[in-house]
Amino acid sequence: MGFYNELIKGVWRENPVFRIVLGICPTLAVSTQVSNGVGMGLAATFVLLGSNVIISLIRKGIPDKIRIPAFIVVISTFVTIVDLFMAAYTPALHERLGIFIPLIVVNCIILGRAEAFASKSTVWMSIADALGMGAGFTVALTIISSIREVLGNGTFFGIQVMPEAFSPAVIMILPPGAFLTIGALLGFFNYLSKRRST
Amino acid sequence: MRELFNLTVVLTIICSLAATALALVYNITKDPIAYQQRLKKLKAIKAVQPNYDNEPDQDFVDISLEKNAEGDAGLTRFYLTKKGTDPTGVVFVVTAIGYGGPIDLMLGLTPDGTITGIQILKHTETPGLGAKITEEKFLQQFTTKNAQNTTWTLKKDGGDIDQISGATISPQGVVKAISEGLILFSDHHDEILTAG
Repeated sequence: MGFYNELIKGVWRENPVFRIVLGICPTLAVSTQVSNGVGMGLAATFVLLGSNVIISLIRKGIPDKIRIPAFIVVISTFVTIVDLFMAAYTPALHERLGIFIPLIVVNCIILGRAEAFASKSTVWMSIADALGMGAGFTVALTIISSIREVLGNGTFFGIQVMPEAFSPAVIMILPPGAFLTIGALLGFFNYLSKRRST
Repeated sequence: MRELFNLTVVLTIICSLAATALALVYNITKDPIAYQQRLKKLKAIKAVQPNYDNEPDQDFVDISLEKNAEGDAGLTRFYLTKKGTDPTGVVFVVTAIGYGGPIDLMLGLTPDGTITGIQILKHTETPGLGAKITEEKFLQQFTTKNAQNTTWTLKKDGGDIDQISGATISPQGVVKAISEGLILFSDHHDEILTAG
């Protein structure tokens, strides 16, 4: 498997949200607006990249018995860094994402990649894996939040896209809208991949 | 025993490195974060009471109350706005009880207790329904109202305040909190304005 292969697998074949169904909690919660979805995706990508690189670098020095606490320390350090930088330089986004930034710590995608990939792979491959998985997560969040924002609020990235006469389906930006959207998309992607494999 | 020692050393090293990294980042971001928070406060003050040339976030009076909006004993901080040395108004935060939890709103008043503006700072009301309390259309009606010239209930309850279709509890809570805020200010009027 080459660099490119590792990079591309996260976007489609092993997409964390649509194929592996990991990290659904933040996905459900922050996908009410496209700007939130993209912001969350980028924040998680940064954490993923940082933790994958560090864990891959120190993987030979970490005794097996304490690998999970060690991973969590690395991950939470990067999450705190992201949290502080967002509070300092993107306060509006930081406020909207709120509690979901610190909660990146418990995003299964990140610990999952540390455990399943970075702790067994070279730094170079871990970078590819992190970027691919991060991109997959960001793309998934963008798709979900686009659907929800357009249908539920009539806007895209805060810009009015639906005609005045369109009355937004408020349910789409409420929690049930998240379940409906993700359910429909999961079904759609399952159908696509089934058709491919047969 | 050897293994235990090993594990301890490795974890200690990892944690100290993490702590060092965090201390560095904290130092870099400390000032920008404090600056952003101050900016946010000043922006909220400016939105409800723009008539000042002092620094209201550093010019305030704390009034301790037996009871605040949530029924707990607490402090309310009144920010004083001034032009030169003349007081032009006060700005303070009241908490309303909404449908989805507390609603923090910032109230701007002239020294005689007339509203100059209202901003919702924080709320967890239902999007599309109760969350309409944050809309300009609802909030602007409070400007120039005071405790005397207005009946502080919604129109459907026989008062003077325009309601929001589809939402009852959120605007009711907001209206109640504002009228309580007005009373609070008039009760402590002299104390607040002379203290600054």
